[in-house]
Amino acid sequence: MVEINGLHKSYQVGKNPLHVLKGIDLKIEQGEMVSIMGSSGSGKSTLLNILGILDDYDEGTYKLNDVLIKNLNQTKAAQLRNKFLGFVFQSFNLISYKSAAENVALPLYYQKVNRKKRMQLAYEYLEKMGLADRAEHLPSELSGGQQQRIAIARALVSNPKVILADEPTGALDSKTSEDVMRIFKEVNKSGITVIIVTHENDIAAQTDRVINLKDGEIYHPEYV
Amino acid sequence: MFSRDSWEEIFATIRKNKLRTFLTSFSVAWGIFMLIILLGSGTGIRNGVIDEFKDDANNSIWLFSGRTSMPHKGLKPGRSIQFTNDEYDRTKKMDEVDHISSRYGVWGATVNHGKEYGNYSIRSTHPGHQYLENTIITKGRFLNELDLEDRKKVIVISELIQKNLFPETNDAMGKYLNVNGIPFKVVGIYIDEGSESEMRNLYIPITTGQTVFNGSNRIDQLMFTVGDATLEESQAIAEEVRQDLARVHNFDPQDQRAVFVRNLMENMKTYTDLLDNIRIFIWVIGIGTILAGIVGVSNIMLIVVKERTKEIGIKKAIGATPANIIGQIILEAIFITSIAGYVGLVGGVFVLQLMAENIQGVDFFQNPEVDFGVAITSTLILVLAGVFAGLFPATRAASINPVIALREE
Repeated sequence: MVEINGLHKSYQVGKNPLHVLKGIDLKIEQGEMVSIMGSSGSGKSTLLNILGILDDYDEGTYKLNDVLIKNLNQTKAAQLRNKFLGFVFQSFNLISYKSAAENVALPLYYQKVNRKKRMQLAYEYLEKMGLADRAEHLPSELSGGQQQRIAIARALVSNPKVILADEPTGALDSKTSEDVMRIFKEVNKSGITVIIVTHENDIAAQTDRVINLKDGEIYHPEYV
Repeated sequence: MFSRDSWEEIFATIRKNKLRTFLTSFSVAWGIFMLIILLGSGTGIRNGVIDEFKDDANNSIWLFSGRTSMPHKGLKPGRSIQFTNDEYDRTKKMDEVDHISSRYGVWGATVNHGKEYGNYSIRSTHPGHQYLENTIITKGRFLNELDLEDRKKVIVISELIQKNLFPETNDAMGKYLNVNGIPFKVVGIYIDEGSESEMRNLYIPITTGQTVFNGSNRIDQLMFTVGDATLEESQAIAEEVRQDLARVHNFDPQDQRAVFVRNLMENMKTYTDLLDNIRIFIWVIGIGTILAGIVGVSNIMLIVVKERTKEIGIKKAIGATPANIIGQIILEAIFITSIAGYVGLVGGVFVLQLMAENIQGVDFFQNPEVDFGVAITSTLILVLAGVFAGLFPATRAASINPVIALREE
């Protein structure tokens, strides 16, 4: 599903280039549940952005579902994100003036699905998240765990191949974190690849595979 | 693009930023409002000026005799020049002359019908005078050639005079009036759109006037129209007539005081030039006001984009294309400008209407109105400008990097 070879990425910080990713090789099969770990500055957010086609890279190749992702224009990138990827963020990133159902339905709007069908699907996914009774609420009227479940529903509604989660439990207490992780596992069971970026060991431990990043490179502690 | 979601987002933004939206709309509405008021007032001045000229034929030249101010061929200055019927006959023969009349006036004639007395001016004229003075006959007829030939004692009076002298019947047609004791038969009733004093004149045949009121062959004024001659042509004609008079009456052709020439086309031209300048001025100010409105909208849209950076980032992350983002912001800009523009338009037209109703009988200002086409066009231009006003912030929004946008808290 995800195939990365010799990936390099630098940012220009002032006059000096900052080499963030220094040759990443990574392969994630369809249906895998993987966590990417690393301290801040390890390059894990950058890697996630590249995986999410939110950012471009300098060298190497990145194939998503056998499509080479490189130098895409913004429209094409948006379409691919919409088709293949679902995002879950640490700060939920729901749109504040839209109801839960409307937030969930938004990705379908960009796929030009008609309103009736969109809302129907949105309710379906909210039901799966156990939030059917909160469909008409605004995000501000919901708890953090509820908001994150809405964000997950939004990520799932477009039926993506890969879910990218950036510290999905970072803003939640341990009880709700568990709920969210349970949902991710269920999602994964349905065949969707789940990639979670985290710095919490107990979260990483619940995934099939842990990818450790350090100073822009993958390292394998078991070999040390 | 015009789905329910687009509108929902627009209304959500407006709800969130009531004051800001109001201020933006206000600057746009104000721009259109001012433009409408300015254009309407411009038209009002134009109508008013044109109305002032309604009194007389616009293409007419009026000649008045004066006194010489220069010595000529041994003659001293200060001689009075007196026009006679000869001048009328000579000028009438000119090809360029269209309608022509001379006038011999008697000031302050006492007129009575039975016990009703009045004091009016007598104008002894040719039939062409009707056209030159824009006299409108409402009953009967104006003077004709036959009246002149037979020196008939016929008279044309205004509705005002009819009302004064025939207060009971208000019907003077066919009746006899005594003018300075001499009976005249009323053959026509007229109105004049000029000032009220124009309605205090009695018209009698010039031949009759000259005979009855000791005029001999003298005339006071000579006036004629020049057809569709241009301003330059009319000036040339006027000069030709003046030269002819100079020759016959032995005065210096350079002597401007021997004969006064009033060329209405010249006067009209002065005013139309002034009006054109006012018009240009009005447009410049109007466009400036609208530009200020557009800058206002553009400015607000920039802030909108800035404030919603994160939201735009989220949308891009979940699959919004740049076209989606740009479309949304431009739609918002169009929405605000068209609503505001419409409000300004209606407000402006309303105020013009109030002005038209309350400012009446004022010289040089009449019927302020705005050409509906112009009003709609300027509103459309403003809406179009709204598109451009939105375009710059929108492309900026579309180029927002979702990574950076999402990092913003």
